[in-house]
Amino acid sequence: MKTWITVALVAVAALLAGCGNDAAPETPDEIVLLTHDSFAVSEGILEQFEEQTGVAVRVLHGGDAGTMVSQAVLTKDVPIADVLYGIDNTFLTRALDAGIFLEYEAEGIAETIPGLDVDGRVTPIDYGDVCINYDKSGLADAGLAVPEDLRALVHPSYAGQLVVENPATSSPGLAFLLATIVSFPEETAYPWQDFWADLRDNDVLVAPDWNAAYYSEFSGGGAGSRSLVVSYASSPPAGVMFSDPVPEVAPTGVVLPGCFRQVEYAGVMAGTDVQPYAEQLIDFLLSKAFQEDLPLNMFVFPARADAALPQEFIDHTEVPSAPAWLDPTRIDANRERWIEEWTEILRS
Amino acid sequence: MTDSGSQWLRWSLSAIPIAFLGYFFVYPLATILVTGFTSAGSSVDVLDVLTRPSLRRIAWFTLWQAVASTLLTVAIALPGAYVLGRYSFRGKSLVKAAVTVPFIMPTVVVGGAFLTVLGPNGPLGIDLRRTVWAILIAHVFFNYAVVVRTVGAAWERLDPTLAQAAASLGADRWRVFRHITLPLILPAIASAASIVFLFSFTSFGVVLILGDLVHSTIEVEIWRQATNLLNLPAAAALAVVQLVGITTILWFYARYQAQRATQSRVASVQRATVRPITGRQRAFITVNLLAMAALLGTPLAAVVVRSISTSDGWGLNNYAALRRPSGTLFVPAAEAIGNSVRIAVPATLFAVIVGMLAAWTIGKARARSGPSLDVLIMLPLGTSAVTLGFGFLLALDSPIDLRTSFWLLPIAHALVAIPFVVRTSLPVLRSIQPRLREAAAVLGAAPRRVWREVDLPIVRRALLVGGAFGFAVSMGEFGATSFIARPDVPTLPIAIYRLLTRPGSATFGQAMALSTVLMAVTAAGILVVERFRGSTAQEF
Repeated sequence: MKTWITVALVAVAALLAGCGNDAAPETPDEIVLLTHDSFAVSEGILEQFEEQTGVAVRVLHGGDAGTMVSQAVLTKDVPIADVLYGIDNTFLTRALDAGIFLEYEAEGIAETIPGLDVDGRVTPIDYGDVCINYDKSGLADAGLAVPEDLRALVHPSYAGQLVVENPATSSPGLAFLLATIVSFPEETAYPWQDFWADLRDNDVLVAPDWNAAYYSEFSGGGAGSRSLVVSYASSPPAGVMFSDPVPEVAPTGVVLPGCFRQVEYAGVMAGTDVQPYAEQLIDFLLSKAFQEDLPLNMFVFPARADAALPQEFIDHTEVPSAPAWLDPTRIDANRERWIEEWTEILRS
Repeated sequence: MTDSGSQWLRWSLSAIPIAFLGYFFVYPLATILVTGFTSAGSSVDVLDVLTRPSLRRIAWFTLWQAVASTLLTVAIALPGAYVLGRYSFRGKSLVKAAVTVPFIMPTVVVGGAFLTVLGPNGPLGIDLRRTVWAILIAHVFFNYAVVVRTVGAAWERLDPTLAQAAASLGADRWRVFRHITLPLILPAIASAASIVFLFSFTSFGVVLILGDLVHSTIEVEIWRQATNLLNLPAAAALAVVQLVGITTILWFYARYQAQRATQSRVASVQRATVRPITGRQRAFITVNLLAMAALLGTPLAAVVVRSISTSDGWGLNNYAALRRPSGTLFVPAAEAIGNSVRIAVPATLFAVIVGMLAAWTIGKARARSGPSLDVLIMLPLGTSAVTLGFGFLLALDSPIDLRTSFWLLPIAHALVAIPFVVRTSLPVLRSIQPRLREAAAVLGAAPRRVWREVDLPIVRRALLVGGAFGFAVSMGEFGATSFIARPDVPTLPIAIYRLLTRPGSATFGQAMALSTVLMAVTAAGILVVERFRGSTAQEF
């Protein structure tokens, strides 16, 4: 009996090993794209890549952006994907330090908006700005004007109006904390720590994530009672598109000063055995066809300056002229300390 | 069959659950923990993480809120278990299916509903948001079904003649309960309480959505360290703290269960449950059902109401919109239901097979090895989803690369569902009197025949309860799924979550409509299982 089992096991192992050796043919059947759960494209877009190259794109969803990056770092020796898309500037340094990407200069990189391209190993694909959003009728009912800048939020007239997300658990929450760190630098007369202490005294509400802030606390999102929320510059057009009936004027607006720019990058994963195709996929993500499909699916702006924007974005979005930007290495070095300091201020 | 043959069969049957858990749980978990501790370039010292005062605060809160949630859930759910275990009445199977629904609701949906219900404008009229009470009430809401169903099933099995005999000997109702009923259902209560404790101890979504800056669980902290701060050594250290805590408690629990194993007389359903006769009994049932409706129904009703409210009054616009596919931005409801069922069916099957064999092994095992396997079976419920998800990625790349395979989803769901199958079938298996087996053996039945003729009919009903729970767990599973790098097969909870991450009144309404669909599909699935169970109940 025992010998039979041994023989069977050896046979199975041999079969499996044989399968492994057959891999890496001239043209692979598919190429694997690891991305986050918010990834969405129109039907037929990824099929264009297949038509051009003969290789199908298999999409893996890795959870939220942070989870996806951890997965990629953990599996770098035996990668689960050939291309990673959706890593933003707040996570970038950790991934670059772990050495998960190969150097590649994408076709079309010259067409991207200046400032987005920060490292030869990753290619900027899209960006979005995290900004204070306001509910037009909510502010009007309270007899309040649109706040001019972040500083205005500590004025007593805005007491109890703002809801933010916890930077420890939410990506827009972290982006907004970074915006305040840029706007109120440390070692100045009014550092960000003081600004947040004043916000706390002005009854700011901290929600755990975007969804709880926007839908449960923000008056422009549904059931809430606060007229100011940390959200995205693209939230007003999304709110218009996904309302029934569709309103002519967006019911919400964006406070332009004090936004933080999140840029999403793509890179070829080290250890891929289909590198030429992975590079072609990066080119495709930066192609006009993909770039122009981005806005209405993921509510982000295309990295390519020459990609046409949909009418909804032209009608209802304002783009901040000088959004806050922090060097990714500085974010990485200080993230934990900043979040801990912030938590201590808001707890007391 | 020869003696050595049956020995071999017994051994190989026991090996199946051990192999399953070994390969899909212990191995990935050990791999990720070792990697976490040895990963190079870690900026944070493990000792530093473990000695932080914030960790002591988090660990203490994790423990006491779990104990409080468990006690509260058992106290509140016990009358409901009595009603469902002792009485038969019209619409009972519907009630049983309905009380299970909260258990599978995604926390992201119920969390939003709770923020409304517990707000200043809610039915209670007091603002409980961001208090510990909100967390405790939500834990009772989610876990009520675990106690009602597990204890209810035990109560149903009790032979009522025992209580009747005691009563005829002059014992009052309290004494009957204390000295007869309670000792007999205590193992089932402990069973249910252990599951509630594990769920509350590792609570993630509820604490994240309803908690505040002060109150956090170890589970939330592991997630934060592993995914937001990319600090694997710290996450691994916390995961070990959590594992050690859970294992200690489970060990004591398993020892207790093994010692207590009561051999009670098993009654058929026909004899055990009675129709309410007196007005007092009817009133008792009515009050209990109303209480259930208030506790479980209010948040669910908030979801349903929001799903049918449109800009111009009431309507089904949101449901109509679910049928329209538009790119991959939105998953048509039918596709999401299909995906969920496609995962839930194999997951339930794995869970029932592995769980049944495990329960059988634990029941037969000697005093030392039994509790060990029992602890092992329960551990996945007490292990952080992100730790295990990352463990899959590191460990399951050979001989077959399962890391990004569809089959990893039902396997992960089964790991969570197996404890339910074991917890519901083990007390029943243990309650079988050895006399019955001996009698069968004396009459010449082979061990396999004894199992088929004696054990199986008795255990089948409990298995179906476990199977129903397993199905429900899989339909509503979100935590483990969201940490697996998975192919694009959006399940109902994931489709709901995707809708909720976009602004717009219409998407919100559609998310609520899809949540209502999830409730209906799950309730229907459980009803089907109950039906099947009803038709086989007469067999013994």
